[in-house]
Amino acid sequence: MATIQLQQVEKKFGDVYAVQPMDLTIQDGEFVVLLGPSGCGKTTTLRMISGLEAVSSGQILLNGRDVTWAHPSDRDIAFVFQFFALYPHLSVWQNIAFPLQAQGESGAEVEKRVAEVAALLRIEHLLRLRPGALSGGDQQRIALARALVRRPAAFLMDEPLGALDAELRETMRAEIKRLHIDQHATTVYVTHDQIEAMAMGDRIVVMSNAVVQQVGTPADVYHKPHNLFVARFIGSPGMNLLSGGYADGIVALPGGNRYPVPEAWDRALRARLGQAGRVIVGFRPEATRIGGGGALTATVYAADMHGGYTMLHLSLNGEDGEMVHARASRQEHFKIGEVVRFDLHPDMVRFFDAETEVALEEVR
Amino acid sequence: MLKHEAQATPAPASRPSNRRQISDRSLSQLFIWPTLILLIIINIFPLFYSLFLSFTNYSAIANRPPEWIGFTNFDRLLNSNDIWGYFSLTGRYALISVGLQTVIGFGLALLLRKKFRGSGIVTTLILIPMMLSPVVVGLFWKLMFNPAYGIFNYLVGFSNPATAPDWLASPSLALWAIIIVDVWMWSPFVMLLCLSGLSAIPDYLYEAAAIDRASAWFQFRRITLPQVAPLLLIAVLFRTIEAFKAFDLVMGLTGGGPGNATQMISVEIYSQAFLGQFRTGRASALAYIVLVIIIAVSNVYIRTLNKVREG
Repeated sequence: MATIQLQQVEKKFGDVYAVQPMDLTIQDGEFVVLLGPSGCGKTTTLRMISGLEAVSSGQILLNGRDVTWAHPSDRDIAFVFQFFALYPHLSVWQNIAFPLQAQGESGAEVEKRVAEVAALLRIEHLLRLRPGALSGGDQQRIALARALVRRPAAFLMDEPLGALDAELRETMRAEIKRLHIDQHATTVYVTHDQIEAMAMGDRIVVMSNAVVQQVGTPADVYHKPHNLFVARFIGSPGMNLLSGGYADGIVALPGGNRYPVPEAWDRALRARLGQAGRVIVGFRPEATRIGGGGALTATVYAADMHGGYTMLHLSLNGEDGEMVHARASRQEHFKIGEVVRFDLHPDMVRFFDAETEVALEEVR
Repeated sequence: MLKHEAQATPAPASRPSNRRQISDRSLSQLFIWPTLILLIIINIFPLFYSLFLSFTNYSAIANRPPEWIGFTNFDRLLNSNDIWGYFSLTGRYALISVGLQTVIGFGLALLLRKKFRGSGIVTTLILIPMMLSPVVVGLFWKLMFNPAYGIFNYLVGFSNPATAPDWLASPSLALWAIIIVDVWMWSPFVMLLCLSGLSAIPDYLYEAAAIDRASAWFQFRRITLPQVAPLLLIAVLFRTIEAFKAFDLVMGLTGGGPGNATQMISVEIYSQAFLGQFRTGRASALAYIVLVIIIAVSNVYIRTLNKVREG
């Protein structure tokens, strides 16, 4: 098993950064997800770790060994491709056996290990078929089997579920997570799907525009986003973000709402802004507490039933038509146009600097 | 005028108008039949007529009608040592020639696979021999093989005309001379098919192989070769059939000589039909024997090809 260290690793195509210099240490056995919109540099980062893409500068260490310029085959890593990259002219068995035969393992050893991994992934009945005859999910299982059979130090997965339909994606997500727990293998997983990232990752690396925006546990990036990009990108819908003027412990929000800042945050805001200044208030839809009064007033614009809960679209009646998403229990019913009062859970409110868009820290 | 008429009396689409009209069907027939008639006259009719002639003692210069003699022609041909000698000569020629073309053509394709500055022009230059007429190629090489003033001996290191080999006049070298020219002319064809096969192999297979720690040789053996194999086999099939029918190049270079050293089977058919006694009937019989052999060989190839495709 392996630790992977990236030290000031960067990738440039001409003058354009595909990945700005980044540092990242992936611990042994950790499941790290690189998350970001398409074109953010997450796949390039993964390919640099694998050696399929050369770094422009910086160092990559595998178990402390400098592999920056090592060929992919010298890195002892397995790579699962988005579109599987199975060998179409070989049978499933031959596909799985390929990495073993490439290393000149004996026939008996190959037989044994292919059988083992086929049993693990429950694909014994497919071994004689060609990849072209299989469904997307089975093809991905074969690709996983081919990666697993070699017992590599680390797994790199490039959107392995991206080519599958939604239902299958959920099944395979659980299978991959389960495999990771069983094998306890260091895994780097690239995805643009934040639900997948939240569900699978021990840690999430959020990237955008070639820059790492935040590295943290799923709970961290969800509850304590480091900046506005992360706040918007994580969660569906993303965090509610309202711009307001702070003065004397009160933030003036659109629609004449006045939000009294919790004490711990008040100290932070005072330290940053002094007596008054612009600030962005952020809170998740589930941070709202509707009914039983509250400091904020809004009009119900729409109410979507999501089965387990109701998602309310609340209009703050401000000049720019600011909307807030709020989560309410499914038993409650709201009429369109109804005026509601709500409050924010003090532990779930965040504040961002209006200039730098970076989150502020609580001062306890 | 016409337009005006059409507007004045708009006829329903289903009813044929007064003007002469041709239905789509008869129009298509009109296009097909001229070609079909031509094909019947110059292909189908000779095919069956020659089959008939192969059972007769017909001679194109003798002024008498064909006389049915049953299997006599086939019997004579198949029991002739000369004929079997020409067959084995043709077989040897086809084997060596196609073998060399495959290796050289595939090798060239591997070299030209990665684009480089001027790779387009290099590819085109390599393809030129293929575009020339075999007779022209034969005559040019005859000049180049000439021991007195030909450039070939000079290029391969025999600079003294007195001791240099006379390729086309030596019974042991004449076959090789034809093979050299055939390989020069047709390796580009194999290269062309291999190139299209190689360019169809997706890069990700090699990426996956690099991750799977396959050596360059292992990648070639397990990915490149099987992926190109279908097209390579088609090239080999085409070239084998062509080699069996080798005629124009041989006539241009040696005319079957010296002696019978390069008497390929097609040249023999020609000799039977148009030299000496003009044995049209026997030539037809020999042509049919060659046809059967080519069909048999092609079948073996096509079966192999299907096997390669299915794995």
